[in-house]
Amino acid sequence: MTAISLSGIEKSFGATSVLNGIDLDITDGEFLTLVGPSGCGKSTLLRILAGLEAPTSGTVAIGGIAVNDMRPARRNLAMVFQSYALYPHLSVAQNMMTPLKLRDLPLAGRLPVLGPLIARTRYRAIIEQVRDTAQILKIDHLLDRKPGQLSGGQRQRAALGRAMVRKPVAFLMDEPLSNLDASLRIHMRSELAELHRALKTTFIYVTHDQAEALTMSDRMAVMMDGQILQLGAPDEIYNDPRELRVAEFVGAPKINLLPGSVDKEGHARCLDLPLSRVTTDAPAGPVRIGLRPEHLSLCDKDVSESFSGQVVHKENLGADIYLHVAIMNASQRLVVRVSPVEGRTVSFGQTVHVSRERGQAMVFGNDGRRLDLSRSLAEDVAEVA
Amino acid sequence: MSETTQAAVSAGTLPAFRFSGAETLKHIVLIAGSVIVLLPFYVMLSYSFKSPAEIMQNTGGFFGMQELFRDDYCIKLGKDAVDCMVTPVIYNYTTAFEKAPLLRYLFNGVVVTVSIFLIQVLVALPCAYALSKLRFWGREAIFGLVLFCLLIPVHAIALPLYIMLAKVGLTNTYAALIIPWTISVFGIFLMRQFFMTVPDDLIDAARMDGMSEFSIIWNVMLPTAIPALLAFAIFSVVAHWNDYFWPRIVVTGDRSLFTPPLGLREFKGDADGDNFGPMMATATIIVAPLIVAFLIAQRRFIEGITLSGMK
Repeated sequence: MTAISLSGIEKSFGATSVLNGIDLDITDGEFLTLVGPSGCGKSTLLRILAGLEAPTSGTVAIGGIAVNDMRPARRNLAMVFQSYALYPHLSVAQNMMTPLKLRDLPLAGRLPVLGPLIARTRYRAIIEQVRDTAQILKIDHLLDRKPGQLSGGQRQRAALGRAMVRKPVAFLMDEPLSNLDASLRIHMRSELAELHRALKTTFIYVTHDQAEALTMSDRMAVMMDGQILQLGAPDEIYNDPRELRVAEFVGAPKINLLPGSVDKEGHARCLDLPLSRVTTDAPAGPVRIGLRPEHLSLCDKDVSESFSGQVVHKENLGADIYLHVAIMNASQRLVVRVSPVEGRTVSFGQTVHVSRERGQAMVFGNDGRRLDLSRSLAEDVAEVA
Repeated sequence: MSETTQAAVSAGTLPAFRFSGAETLKHIVLIAGSVIVLLPFYVMLSYSFKSPAEIMQNTGGFFGMQELFRDDYCIKLGKDAVDCMVTPVIYNYTTAFEKAPLLRYLFNGVVVTVSIFLIQVLVALPCAYALSKLRFWGREAIFGLVLFCLLIPVHAIALPLYIMLAKVGLTNTYAALIIPWTISVFGIFLMRQFFMTVPDDLIDAARMDGMSEFSIIWNVMLPTAIPALLAFAIFSVVAHWNDYFWPRIVVTGDRSLFTPPLGLREFKGDADGDNFGPMMATATIIVAPLIVAFLIAQRRFIEGITLSGMK
């Protein structure tokens, strides 16, 4: 079932166009991530969905109903902001009560002192809801504190709580983890994913961090220059990017891109090394060949099809070591992932040999589009390399 | 003041006193400045304690000798000379309250300054919100006009204002004292500058929660803007409490509408000469509330001013 659908969304500020025709269907209960570099329009798209910004053209529909003219609050979406945006003068409990008060209480019930007396039962229900939500998020001991007295992680939870209490159709999250420190961010990543599983509500999550997108989402949409370049499961995006820009954006360290060409037999070659085979009807000419660091490994120098070059940099991450190898007369750099055992013996400036280990090289045409492998030949290629 | 505290702190941490030419020079300049500023207050306070003779002859030090002297006005009323001997300080302060209805003036001052401030806030907050957070055609032009209005001195438009008020028949009313000041361009400007620093996310969050724009102003912007509002309150209250010019123009006959500064006029040269003692006593009473308020809110006041100075 489609919970939210965006069709033909365009947005421009003056002469600069930010979104160019976005079509996106979000199914009920899925965790969808919009990921892209800053300035790609992902936040604008989220704000259009929330109703905080009006699209220049296109339709936003929630549950099959067009909501273009509906005020943000009526759309029953909840948003978590990067800066948390908690009301600084209200306690956590009051912060969490605000959306419920505004939605459920009549005008008289919102009066400062008299309100709780006039709408006593509803008021109690609201307090009950706030307490339940706080328990789920484990912030029930912080309810009386002001946001200023909380740590970053606690503020994050309070902001989540304020979003959760109203039981929205979908959660919209605009880089909610960016202000947290690294270890807490990784912890909150799993917590958010668990929360999503528990709530079974749609999450729409905006981030520039591809790691967050890969780890949490059911589907991710890679956005660039106001367009969705590719939409799919994280696995698919990582292993089968349809465009050069997607391949470059997703994956850390970045994918290695080597210049090459397609020969008559359909082999994509870099210098003399055949790296992959593409369909024979692919246009001959210069291509770019992408190899992820984990698809490469060190080998002996007598392996025929290998690159050789000098180690110019060594990144030790503990579990993995990334070697930066200058190849082709130092005109290209290759990042190779090796295990700590292998990597220990490699020293700076040493000449090493690198061969393609596993996985398939990705070949991108001149226009940045992916050139498909010919399936029947795929196995051959694996042997060739 | 911060200079001296800083010096004290550093003196506490240093092992021994060290003479510094630059520091000494700084202190000499600051002390000279503070003497120039404080001297009129010293004279005001001192005169409010002294007898007329001591004031004229410039004797008696700060407090005066507090010797009994003869109150000429009392003699005129035909009382016995012995009953008319008074202590200067008591005479000065009682005369201040007796000769002019000073309490009434103080009350007027409170009514006028408080209403002016409240209405100014009522007008300035929505304006500042619109100018800082809403996008609409001509916003920059309107803000330009606001800045332009900051440049116009009150005295330039005093006459047209007076004529307008007179035509409507509002002279000699509280309204005449309050209405011309209800739109504070400075207030709009100050609050706008503060609102620019409030993150947009906070406003978006309020919109998502279902607040209307007006509700955002009063429930979100107002509480976050308390420090700026306090700074503005001090500027506004001080300016209108001390204002002599405007009340002098629109309150022409009715003495019960006099504000405290107008009260000082009561002691202006009569046939028997200027009566400085009670006049200075009145002045002391008029400035006292402001000084007390300042001492109470000192920290906030300085915070507010530095805040408005920085942004």
